[in-house]
Amino acid sequence: MSIVVDLRQAIGEHVKSGMTVAMEGFTHLIPHAAGHEIIRQGLRDLHVIRMTPDVIFDQLIGAGCVRKLTFSWGGNPGVGSLHRFRDAVENAWPRAIAIEEHSHAGMAARYSAGASGLPFGTLRGYRGTDLLEVTENVKVIDCPFTGERITTVRAITPDVSIVHAQRADRTGNVQIWGIIGVQKEALLSAKVAIATVEEVVEHLDPRPGAIVLPGWVMSAVACVPGGAHPSFAMGYSERDNDFYKEWDGISSDRDLFQAWIEQHVLATSDHSSHLRSIGKVSDDGGFRV
Amino acid sequence: MGDFVSDPMPSTDDVMIVNAARALGELARAGRATCFVGIGLPSTAANLARNLYSPAPVLIYESGCIGSKPSRLPLSIGDGELGDTADAVVSVPEIFSYWLQAGRIDVGFLGGAQLDRFGNINSTVIGPYGSPRTRLPGAGGAPEIAAAAGRVMLIMRQTRRAFVERCDFRTSIGFGDGKGERQKLGLTGSGTRLVITDLGILEPEHGTDELIMTRTHPGVSREQCRDSTGWKLRFADEVLQTVPANSEELSVLRRVRDGLAQ
Repeated sequence: MSIVVDLRQAIGEHVKSGMTVAMEGFTHLIPHAAGHEIIRQGLRDLHVIRMTPDVIFDQLIGAGCVRKLTFSWGGNPGVGSLHRFRDAVENAWPRAIAIEEHSHAGMAARYSAGASGLPFGTLRGYRGTDLLEVTENVKVIDCPFTGERITTVRAITPDVSIVHAQRADRTGNVQIWGIIGVQKEALLSAKVAIATVEEVVEHLDPRPGAIVLPGWVMSAVACVPGGAHPSFAMGYSERDNDFYKEWDGISSDRDLFQAWIEQHVLATSDHSSHLRSIGKVSDDGGFRV
Repeated sequence: MGDFVSDPMPSTDDVMIVNAARALGELARAGRATCFVGIGLPSTAANLARNLYSPAPVLIYESGCIGSKPSRLPLSIGDGELGDTADAVVSVPEIFSYWLQAGRIDVGFLGGAQLDRFGNINSTVIGPYGSPRTRLPGAGGAPEIAAAAGRVMLIMRQTRRAFVERCDFRTSIGFGDGKGERQKLGLTGSGTRLVITDLGILEPEHGTDELIMTRTHPGVSREQCRDSTGWKLRFADEVLQTVPANSEELSVLRRVRDGLAQ
């Protein structure tokens, strides 16, 4: 049976309430459509992991899907705060969430260790910072070879990792290029790897700097054009910076936020219907920013 | 426009950004300017330096973009423009391990919410960690940049709320509590060497590692500096005045802000 399925089926089969779910995309290739589908399916009590929880995690947190967040930088890049994230941490709204925070270098080492099947990653990091005191899963050890004090971080091994990517072929080989972030490490560290892609093609011709995740490490691949919006897919779309700025206003108020989620996520059947509802589909049916 | 004569008085932010770009330009002239750039003010100043000076600093963004030459200022550290114009784009694990921690970065260029007298930075919380008054974005790339970059330059507006005796949370280390703490921790970079503010410039005092005011911008008084600092600010024996921002610097800054391609 093909692993190329629709997004509703991919999330429905593989993501359950209570699971640990990583969703990666470093500014580029953020799996927004998958996040919305998680909200639509009403999943709860998730431990969500993401280096840069930006707008998509603001939505998941505000929609009440999250019990714990592991992250390294939580903001709306270039704009300001994540208001739903802050409301959860500062006021326990809509529920209290636990947080575990790291540095980017620490999270990158944790994913790399997870992808390598190792129990921990190493780095020269965290020393001299208060992060060491508030963050579990970080320990400083003596290097057995040099005696140097070295920081170790526990491997990340999510139940499910989800990324967006440019494209896949019909056997589910996934091709990613441009800012590749931790997409590869996130997918390979998880028990279940899911990608949404801009298009499914007959043949993946080479692209400069591209990586390919072979279909046999993937559990599901779903074709979702514009599935990163308001993030972007190099070669397909531009980052919708205006939406990131608009989100500041939408998310700053609980009622406005809830109305937005209701109208543009819960009341929409899928991602193309979501994009239409926020005015991002042109008259000819194409995706536009 | 290109009108060099009718520049209005530069804003205090512009003066700060121009001085930061100059500092980066000096390092580039000395051949030490692979620069790991934070978003916001650091990115604006770094791109101003890249457009003013030759040799230009090499701009490196934590999204894995090495040698980016954006034609418009990015809103995020991962705008497509940064990848499209880079010499190389590498993965996030690679940028932090092979490039930053291995010692290939000369300058870490950062901002922060709080800075203390020993150059430590807080970008995590205001108030107690468990019940913060303000939850800030958090560490991002800063802790390892502050630890491993050859030197760290900070650009921050100088206010009592931001320049504090002790950070509510130490996200990134400058000189810890002083007294050679960096060396004891075995950190490879030399720490916070330069803090460029809207009032002037602070540098660590030799021997104590305490940040002291070494330069002020034109028209800024010592009282103003003291009043805008949450610790008992000291001054260098000789406090120099920075050179006023000139019309070329200001017009290039405008062009950087408005989009170089336009």
